[in-house]
Amino acid sequence: MTAKLAERPAGADLVRSGIRAQAANSSFAFVVRAAAVSVFVILVLIVVTMTREAWPAFWHSGLGFVTGTDWSPSADLYGALPFVYGTMVSSLMALVLALPVSIGIALFINEYAPRRLRAPGVYLVDLLAAIPSVVYGLWGVLVLGPFLLPYVQKVADTIGTWPVFSAVFGGPVGLKSMFLAALILTIMIVPIITSITREVFDTVPADQKAAAVALGATRWEMVRGAVFPHSRNGMVAAVLLGLGRAMGETIAVALVIGSTAQITTRIFAPADSMAAVIANTFGESSGVNRAALIGLGVVLFAMTIVVNMAGQFVARRSGRKGAGT
Amino acid sequence: MTVPAALHVPPTEAPPTALATEGLGVYYGDWLAVDDITLQVPRHHITAFIGPSGCGKSTLLRCFNRMNDLIAGARVVGRVTYGDVDLYDDRIDPVQVRRRIGMVFQRPNPFPKSVYDNVAYGLRVHAMTEDLDDRVEDALRRAALWDDVKGALKKSALALSGGQQQRLCIARTIAVEPDIVLMDEPCSALDPIATGRIEDLMQELRRDYTILIVTHNMQQAARASDYAAFLTTEVDGDGDRRRGKLVEFAATNELFTHPQDPRTENYITGRFG
Ligand SMILES: Nc1ncnc2c1ncn2[C@@H]1O[C@H](COP(=O)(O)OP(=O)(O)O)[C@@H](O)[C@H]1O
Ligand SMILES: [Mg+2]
Repeated sequence: MTAKLAERPAGADLVRSGIRAQAANSSFAFVVRAAAVSVFVILVLIVVTMTREAWPAFWHSGLGFVTGTDWSPSADLYGALPFVYGTMVSSLMALVLALPVSIGIALFINEYAPRRLRAPGVYLVDLLAAIPSVVYGLWGVLVLGPFLLPYVQKVADTIGTWPVFSAVFGGPVGLKSMFLAALILTIMIVPIITSITREVFDTVPADQKAAAVALGATRWEMVRGAVFPHSRNGMVAAVLLGLGRAMGETIAVALVIGSTAQITTRIFAPADSMAAVIANTFGESSGVNRAALIGLGVVLFAMTIVVNMAGQFVARRSGRKGAGT
Repeated sequence: MTVPAALHVPPTEAPPTALATEGLGVYYGDWLAVDDITLQVPRHHITAFIGPSGCGKSTLLRCFNRMNDLIAGARVVGRVTYGDVDLYDDRIDPVQVRRRIGMVFQRPNPFPKSVYDNVAYGLRVHAMTEDLDDRVEDALRRAALWDDVKGALKKSALALSGGQQQRLCIARTIAVEPDIVLMDEPCSALDPIATGRIEDLMQELRRDYTILIVTHNMQQAARASDYAAFLTTEVDGDGDRRRGKLVEFAATNELFTHPQDPRTENYITGRFG
C-alpha cells in the first residue's frame, strides 16, 4: 500500500485525498470510540442509580439480602435467595433442554435437510423468536400446562415415589411450576441458540468436512470430527446468550412459575424468579419493599455480567484448547 | 470391459486393473462437464491425470470415491468399477467406498485438532482403535512425518508447515489402510522442497497402494507417474460450453515421448518443450 503510494508521482491531488481520507478515518474512529464510551457510561449509570435506589433494602437486610431465604414484605423480611435459586434453576434446566434440541435443529437444517428445506427451516425458527414473550406465558398457563398436567401427575405418582428420585419428581403437583417455567423458557431460547449454532456451523470450512467424508466418515461422524471441534467457541457463546436470555426473561416466567418464594428441589412445585417477582409485585410496592425489588434487579444484573464474563473466559480457554486437542 | 481402440491402454503386459471406467460422464445440473471417459487404472502404480485447468480432472477423480455425491446437482453416468464391483450400484455404501479409496486434497486440510487426533480420527471412525498409538505412529512414519512430529503429537496440526500438513493429510488417509489413494494436485500449494518430499513419498507408497494423482505440472507427471491420462476440453456441437474429454491414456514415458494424438503433443510441447 505505502509502496504503491510512493511510486506515484507526488502531486496536489495525492496530498488532498490523503488529508480527506485521514479526516474521514479519524472522524470514524471518533464515532466508534464515542459509541463505546457511551455504552460504558450508560452501564455505569444504570448500576449507580439502581444501587442508590436499592440502598435502603441493602441497608435494611445487609448480607442477608442475598443469603436470606425468607421474603415477606409484611414482616419486613427481604431474603432474596429463593428468587436467585428460581432464576438459576429454571434457566439452567431450560438450557439443558434447549441445547440438544437447538443443535439438532441447526444440524438438521445445515447438514441433513434437503437444500430446498433450508430457507423455510431457518424462517420457521426465526419466527419462533418473533412471538412476544407474553404470548408464550399465556400459552404456557392456558394450554401447555393443563395439557401436561396429567402426565406430570403420572410421573410424580411413579418415579416421584422412588427413593432419591422423589426429591426431584415428587408431588404435590401444581399447574404452575418450576418445570413449566423451564419448558416455556426452553421454547423461548431454542431460536437464539439454534440460529447462533447454525451460523457457526456454516463457518466450518467445506474442505474439512470433505476431509472427514473422504476418510469414510458417516454424516454424524463428520459432524463430530469436523463440525463440532471447529464450532466449540461459537457453541459456548450460544449457550451464554441463551442463558442470559433465560435469566432475564420476565413476563412469560411470571405467568407460569407459580409465584411462590421457596427453595425446593422438586421441579413440579411452584417457585419464583427475580424477574418474575419484580414484574408481579413492583406495582404495589413502596418503601423498603420497593427498594428490595430494585435490589433484586441489581443482583440479576450482576449475575448476568458474571455469567457473561465466565462465558468469555470459557470461550477463550476452549479456543486455545480447540487448537490444541 | 472392452476398451475402444482409440485409447491406448499400456501395451506390454498390462498389470491388473484397480479401477476402471466405462463411458463415464458427469453432469453438473444439465451440463455434461465430463464426457465418455473409458480407461483402466493399473494396480500398484501411479497414474497421473493431466490437462488444462477446467477440463474435469478433479471431477473425474471425485467419481472414484463418490465425493461427487456431496455436490448438489452433480450426477454421474456410465460405470466405475473397483475390482468387480460397480461403485454406483444402488447397494454400494459410499462410506465404505471412501474407506477403501482415500483422498488427499489440493489444499492441506487438517482438522483443527492435534497431530495425533488427526491421524486417529479415521481409525476411530472405523473402530480400528486396537494399538491406536502404534497405528498412528506407523502412518506418520509411512508419510515421512514421524521425525518431524514425534515430540509434538499433542500440538495443533495447524502449527505445522504447509508441506508437513499435507504429509499429515496423507498419513491420515493411509492410516485407515485404504487400497487406493486419490490425490488432487497435492503439491499445488507447496514450495518445491515440500513438493519434492511428497513426490519421494509417493514412490514409497506406490508399493502398497494404487495412486491416482491429478497434476497441472507436466514435470511432476513425467517424474512421478507410471501411467498418464491426458484430458482436454472441447466444444461439442450444440452447446457453447466446453466439456472435458479423455484424449489419450498410456504409460507415462510413451505419452511424453510418443504421443499418439496431436492434441497431446501440442499440450506437452507447449508446456514442456
Ligand atoms: N461443483 C460444481 N458445480 C458446477 N460446475 C462445476 C463444479 N465443479 C466443477 N465444475 C465445472 O466443471 C468443469 C471441470 O472442473 P474441474 O473438475 O474442477 O476441472 P479441473 O480439476 O480439471 O481444473 C469446470 O468447467 C468447472 O467449472
Ligand atoms: Mg482441479
